[in-house]
Amino acid sequence: MVKYALQRTALMLFTLFIITLMCFVLIRMLPLAPLPIGDPHTAVIEARREALGYNKPYLVQFGIFLRDVFTKWDWGICDSAKYYGKDVAQLFTSKLPASMIVNLYSIIFSIPIGIALGIFAALKKNTWIDHTISTLVMVCISVPSFVYAFLIQYILCFKLNLFPLVMKGGTDWFSWPMFVSMMPAVLSLAFGTIAGFTRTTRAELTEVLTSEFMLLARTKGLTKRQATVRHAMKNCMVVVLPSIFGSFIGILSGSLIIEKIFSIPGVGELYLYSINALDYPLFILLTVFYTAIGLAAGIVVDVSYGFIDPRIRMGSKK
Amino acid sequence: MENKYAHIPQEKFAFAQKDAVLHDKKFDTKARSYFADALIRFKKNKSSVVAAYIILFLILFAIIAPIVTPYSIKDKDNVYTNFPPYNPDIAALDIGILDGSVTYSSVNETKIAALKAIGIETGMDPYIKTVGTTEVKSIYRGQERITTTYKVKVNRYFEQGVRTLVVSAEEFAKMQAWQNETGIQLLYPVVDINKVYPGVDAAELRLIAKNANIWYQCADTKNTPAYDANGNFIPAYVTGVTYAEPEYQYNSLRIAGDDGSYNYCTVKSGSVEVRICYYNYYQYLKGMEPNYLFGTDEYGRDLFGAIGIGARFSLVFAILVSAINLTIGAIYGSIQGYYGGMVDMILDRISDILSGVPFTVVAVLFQLHLAKKVGIVPSFLFAFVLTGWIGMAALTRKQFYRFKSQEYVLAAKTLGANDRRLMFKHIFPNSLGTIITSCVLVIPGVINSETSLTYLGIINLSTFAGTSIGELMSLGQTAMTGSPHAMLFPSLFVSLLLISFNLFGNGLRDAFNPSTRGVED
Repeated sequence: MVKYALQRTALMLFTLFIITLMCFVLIRMLPLAPLPIGDPHTAVIEARREALGYNKPYLVQFGIFLRDVFTKWDWGICDSAKYYGKDVAQLFTSKLPASMIVNLYSIIFSIPIGIALGIFAALKKNTWIDHTISTLVMVCISVPSFVYAFLIQYILCFKLNLFPLVMKGGTDWFSWPMFVSMMPAVLSLAFGTIAGFTRTTRAELTEVLTSEFMLLARTKGLTKRQATVRHAMKNCMVVVLPSIFGSFIGILSGSLIIEKIFSIPGVGELYLYSINALDYPLFILLTVFYTAIGLAAGIVVDVSYGFIDPRIRMGSKK
Repeated sequence: MENKYAHIPQEKFAFAQKDAVLHDKKFDTKARSYFADALIRFKKNKSSVVAAYIILFLILFAIIAPIVTPYSIKDKDNVYTNFPPYNPDIAALDIGILDGSVTYSSVNETKIAALKAIGIETGMDPYIKTVGTTEVKSIYRGQERITTTYKVKVNRYFEQGVRTLVVSAEEFAKMQAWQNETGIQLLYPVVDINKVYPGVDAAELRLIAKNANIWYQCADTKNTPAYDANGNFIPAYVTGVTYAEPEYQYNSLRIAGDDGSYNYCTVKSGSVEVRICYYNYYQYLKGMEPNYLFGTDEYGRDLFGAIGIGARFSLVFAILVSAINLTIGAIYGSIQGYYGGMVDMILDRISDILSGVPFTVVAVLFQLHLAKKVGIVPSFLFAFVLTGWIGMAALTRKQFYRFKSQEYVLAAKTLGANDRRLMFKHIFPNSLGTIITSCVLVIPGVINSETSLTYLGIINLSTFAGTSIGELMSLGQTAMTGSPHAMLFPSLFVSLLLISFNLFGNGLRDAFNPSTRGVED
């Protein structure tokens, strides 16, 4: 199992390396922003570009980039107006808490609800309760998250005045006003997560409930409740738990849309900024970050299957 | 026991059939093809059938709406921006829909009087009704005062009332001609500001914000109207100014109560300043009354047509993307699944790497590199295709693994079929149902991503397609507080489209998936 995990991690690092190389070269191929004539920083910027190897082949540039990252954790310096001259890595770290906290709240809030709804629907299979829950799940999964965000912003924030329209500024992440101002974003993110967990739990549990060991459990004298909690739930969690772990990895990355709508000073907003302002060093860092998050979540899900369920043995050759 | 049948006489035996030719019995029932079978199962799923009709309706909407609407996507209006839905004929019925109404809360009496004054002057009353009243008690200099505010429903199109406009003398003549021809009052008499605020000196007059809709005498500078003995407004029009030049003469419709002395223009350095009723001016310009079934957006475009145009693009684009992905994915997956082993592993690594790249990054990089060379839409399309086929390839690969070891494939191989024939003639058609179904499920995903990217402004399609649903939503969100309709209609359209595509796709998948066969019977 450990060997499998290590294999997967090594493979992930390789994939990440290739993707970084591709994106790096593609970004460096883009024309540089011309320096304004008579700019006092011209000499400094040109010296810096020279040091980054802008006049050398792309692979050499990539080598320099990797050397800087690994030896000095230097991801470069922002070269667009808003954050001009700021260290990219520091800027990025300063944006992480907002995204993480909003996502964390949303997950903490939605996982229990999602699983509970899923169990409920599975136990009441083919009744109106199940149909209602399944329909709602269908709707929640199909509708894009910004539509919820609009509805929440309009109804809860604007009409009913329960929450502020956008997130409060400042860095007092755990104060009450901050919590309240985060709520709309948390709710908008929660809909999709709840629906996802409900669907997975329901599908898995209905399958487990009809399997033969459940019948055995009942015949040996367990009540329906005992059988469900002790046997069905355990088996159902084999699928649900990995996706919970996966979503905990995902809290690091911010949602571009939700962060834009509610003005959350998070990673997603920074990403959007780097795209619109064409801030290449920032863009490279965030690309690597998002790629790594996506790959890591996949690995965590796959590997945790093996740890949770001893029946599944991956990597070993029979 | 054995002896019992030992001696059966020969004549007891008879031929079961001697001269008859044996045939297989013809089936009484009609044979069902795979697709007919799927169709029957699909029809049993009510929600999917409804979804299919909704999709059909939305597609028809996308085709028809831009044709039916009198506006093109380039028709903009500077005044009617973010205005609510309005249709003159339905508004006249007074049933509360399409009447261009908004509800203003905390409106005071002066404002209501101003609204009524617009109605009296132009003959189109913006005031619809008072929905509620609020009384606020406050202590002012030791005395209790009660301020009453009203919640009022107002027609926003009529509320624009009269505006001041500087036009050339020819335009002025054209307006008069139009008035004579149609009998619609476009020009209204100019107002004498000294009559509006009698007794206020020139220095103070300059400080008062100009409002073209105040044509009556006011009791103070806060525009509280002064009424005459009968409770009517007192007109404050300019009277008796005459111009010698023929082009400044007014020979057209006059408003009620005009004895011929009112002036309909002020001459200002070669041009004329006129007061025009905007609603009628709109007719003068466009030849029709405003008719916005879904209201207007930030730029004063007709949302009804704009949504149709955005939807056209989204639908065509999504279908194109899923068709291309289907083709590439099917070929790639077939090769992977058929050959297996080393080929499979190498190809799998390639698709693994590609699927690791976040989609936003792909879209942005393609946009930066290719948009100038091949245009925005093709580069956007490439971005979708670059990673989009991976899911399809994985699915095809799985199906190939399922079918390739079956006996009929072996039989075909023994008969000498080559690899290509085996892949595309024998194995692929068997997996077609599953693949096409998932193709339908790809469409909502593509529409969702496309809408998200245009919403975020990463991709701007307005030069190519005119607009996009994402752009409309983004515009609607900025104007959300004042005019929620601008956000509501595009969101509603997209949500409905995505929900029904998913329902439809799920229904198709269940219908084509033979493992559910017989379950519901």
